[in-house]
Amino acid sequence: MENHLHAGLLRLGDDALILAQRLGEWCGHGPALEEDIALSNVALDLLGQARAFLTLAGEREGNGRDEDALAYFRTDREFTNALLVELPNGDFGDTIMRQCLFDQFALLRYEALSAQSIDKEVSAIAAKAVKEVRYHAEHSSQWVIRLGDGTSESHHRIQKSLNRLWSYTGELFADDAVTESLAADGLMPLLANLQKPWQEAMNQILLEATLVMPENSGTQTGGRSGLHTEHLSYLLAEMQVLPRTYPGAQW
Amino acid sequence: MSAKKSDWPLWEIFVRSRQGLSHKHVGSLHAADAQMAMDNARDVYTRRQEGTSIWAVRAEDITASSPSDKDMLFDPANDKVYRHPTFYELPDEVKNM
Repeated sequence: MENHLHAGLLRLGDDALILAQRLGEWCGHGPALEEDIALSNVALDLLGQARAFLTLAGEREGNGRDEDALAYFRTDREFTNALLVELPNGDFGDTIMRQCLFDQFALLRYEALSAQSIDKEVSAIAAKAVKEVRYHAEHSSQWVIRLGDGTSESHHRIQKSLNRLWSYTGELFADDAVTESLAADGLMPLLANLQKPWQEAMNQILLEATLVMPENSGTQTGGRSGLHTEHLSYLLAEMQVLPRTYPGAQW
Repeated sequence: MSAKKSDWPLWEIFVRSRQGLSHKHVGSLHAADAQMAMDNARDVYTRRQEGTSIWAVRAEDITASSPSDKDMLFDPANDKVYRHPTFYELPDEVKNM
């Protein structure tokens, strides 16, 4: 049970941490100053969520690992984020579509976590995150609608982003021993139960964006068990280089 | 950052820092529509807890006085100190006057 809780918290932390690192790459490169700040704000919110969940994951593990140990001194095979969040940023449309797909999922997951009362610490972190992600979801969905219902070029390109990313969305709702055990304890939602409301929310957004939801075209999985795309190692190399080169460095 | 940005209209942003105070001009930004102006204002001007309410106004919808009219508009008030309500005592409870 404790092990499953540790694993479940780690997934929450890893999703947020890896996506924060990806979004951070936009800092100074946003399509407009205002959007540059917006993406960085989202990245910082996610980093805050990652810190809270990784700290708690370390505590519940009981081996004395803190947030830094978990973020900086694990290898790619030990990260359990969904593949979707580690994918390269691509163009702004790719980034904002990935964000939209993830935000709608994260919102449902956090709402469920904040509603349970088995673990008060988890519900407190989730309740704070719900407010942040509600804004992220608003921001990313507005952009998807703007680009989808925009010019013919923006429409064409964001549809391509959606098609490319679609096969990574199934993994978000794939249950396994960890999620099933946590769901049985009433602590975390069964992910399969989130899929329908997610699809309805996405449907609404895509309809307004005049985009077509892709047919189910196979599902890429592996992230939850540490089997990642080749992109994650490069991301980790950049994220971890400083504490690995100078362990315990302070400034 | 990008040339496209100049296609977006300019918006003036007003933020109310707390209840009871009026909205104050904090700056301007570019946005394609009102929703984006609101989102951008939130991200650019309220990220350090500066606000409880935001107004976004299209800059072109603001009528501004001309600097060359400054003398005509404002100088005549210079020697009319009796217009200042300095003869009233403000109760201590009144804040933000």
